[in-house]
Amino acid sequence: MSVDKDDVIKIANLSKISFKDDEIEKFLVDLNQIINWVDQLTEVNTDKVLPTFSSFDNDRGMKRRKDNVNDGNYRNEITMNAPNTDEGFFLVPKVID
Amino acid sequence: MTKLNEFCLHEAREGLENKNFTSRELVLDHIEAMESSRKLNAFITETPEIAIKSAEKSDINYSNGSNARLEGIPLGVKDMFCTKGVLTTASSKMLSNFIPPYESTVTENLWNDGAILLGKLNNDEFAMGSSNETSFYGPVINPWQNKDKITKIVPGGSSGGSSASVAANIGLGSLGTDTGGSIRQPASFTGTVGLKPTYGRCSRWGIIAFASSLDQAGPITRNVRDNSILLTSMCSHDPKDTTSSSRKVPNFENAIGRSIKGLKVGIPDEFIQDGMSDEILNIWNKGKEWLEKSGAEIINISLPNTKYALPCYYIIAPAEASSNLARYDGVRFGHSVKSSDINEMYKLTRSEGFGNEVKRRIMIGTYVLSSGYYDAYYLKAQKVRSLITEDYNKAFKDVDVILTPSTPSSAFGMNEKSDDPLSMYLNDIFTVPVNLAGLPAISVPAAIDYNGLPLGLQLIGRPFEEETIYSFASIIEESANFKNIDNKWWLK
Repeated sequence: MSVDKDDVIKIANLSKISFKDDEIEKFLVDLNQIINWVDQLTEVNTDKVLPTFSSFDNDRGMKRRKDNVNDGNYRNEITMNAPNTDEGFFLVPKVID
Repeated sequence: MTKLNEFCLHEAREGLENKNFTSRELVLDHIEAMESSRKLNAFITETPEIAIKSAEKSDINYSNGSNARLEGIPLGVKDMFCTKGVLTTASSKMLSNFIPPYESTVTENLWNDGAILLGKLNNDEFAMGSSNETSFYGPVINPWQNKDKITKIVPGGSSGGSSASVAANIGLGSLGTDTGGSIRQPASFTGTVGLKPTYGRCSRWGIIAFASSLDQAGPITRNVRDNSILLTSMCSHDPKDTTSSSRKVPNFENAIGRSIKGLKVGIPDEFIQDGMSDEILNIWNKGKEWLEKSGAEIINISLPNTKYALPCYYIIAPAEASSNLARYDGVRFGHSVKSSDINEMYKLTRSEGFGNEVKRRIMIGTYVLSSGYYDAYYLKAQKVRSLITEDYNKAFKDVDVILTPSTPSSAFGMNEKSDDPLSMYLNDIFTVPVNLAGLPAISVPAAIDYNGLPLGLQLIGRPFEEETIYSFASIIEESANFKNIDNKWWLK
């Protein structure tokens, strides 16, 4: 498969990244090179194969814990790196008119 | 008088225990080395005040006999680990103002064992790269020089600051992270020892996420014993990371020097690459001979899906990265560009905050996860990942470890590959399959090539058998008799 300029613009939109025109051209070349290369996976027969999403400790299984509140009250620490806050809330531009 | 940073970790530990010197003296020599080695650009943030204060505390603990197992040992930490109150950037403009309000579990474990933070180390931006050239803070320079002594050599990546600092004796060890080879490849490029543990050995809590199903923390050191000492302190079961293992953590140091007699070493045919240099083949053969001489049996094995590991990785890792990096929106932390429109704010923030390689991977990841392509790319790659894992499961029925070169070549020059993403990606050809299968593996320095640069050998083990890897690695180390750099050209 390959991508064209419109695809790159669409992917950039989904990624919430904007590019200048000359950057789009460069990314188009890079992306197509990479996509053509990963396309070699189509050679592999995976008809009866289940996907692996993680290689965590399968012998032990994932640990479950009780859904208890055991931590918290860090409002100041949580907001201390935010560019815009007001009374412990994160501020964003107006989203609803 | 010998500078105390010339000692390796276990020698320094002995010196401290025997009260030959104090932790304060040890730390001061390291601070001096750090400050006089700025040419290498290995550190993003130096923390001399923290180091001296911690050392004074360690000296009290030594004097009253309450010293912990890493008491007073100064270490560098890759800037992917959150350190409470200390700038943590992931080498990105996006986090160039980020002061974490909490400590990563792995670093917390080390400080609890008495280790000391010397500073935060440079790396490829968000750990995406194989040469440390994608860092917002500029490239790290390898302390190793090639024969012409003019070309600047890369220290590997993404843990380039971690590898360069240890090779240059700035810190008795360092922390790295490894998603596709980011500990082992830089270790190989700098003549240091780097281990990626089994997936789940170390908690990922507080490590800035790149590709969560592949990321693992690990140590880089000047020898195998030091490596095993650090790993023992790093591992723990952490309720804050569900993928961290609840298995008992052994004292890995006990594995050093253990006999490998009768154990089996697998040599995978598929790792012989077209155009691979004779030097790489020779050192691989040397490795086989060394292990054979120590009583191990060499067996040829097959890992038939090896050639698909890299393309598989370059679907899975960017997919996970695009999802993980969605959090950088300019609202809660990090770089932020003001705008009256929220979408515009996101876009401006992300376009300014991320560098090109990070953008490239977010774009690829978004593409392979997007509607209509998910099955063809992402799901397909996860199925190929199962086949790759199965290859290793089968091989480990017949052998105890697998021996391969760490990298297809020695370290390359700066700017040599930075314009060509694919040729950069191919550097990780021997390391990437290990992450996909979640296995532990180490790179041990084995030789110097015709260019004067180090070459490493990789040992891959069964899940949670880091001890076996360390036993084999210490034999390679002993046989190779590798010597660290003698010309310290970078000191001012």
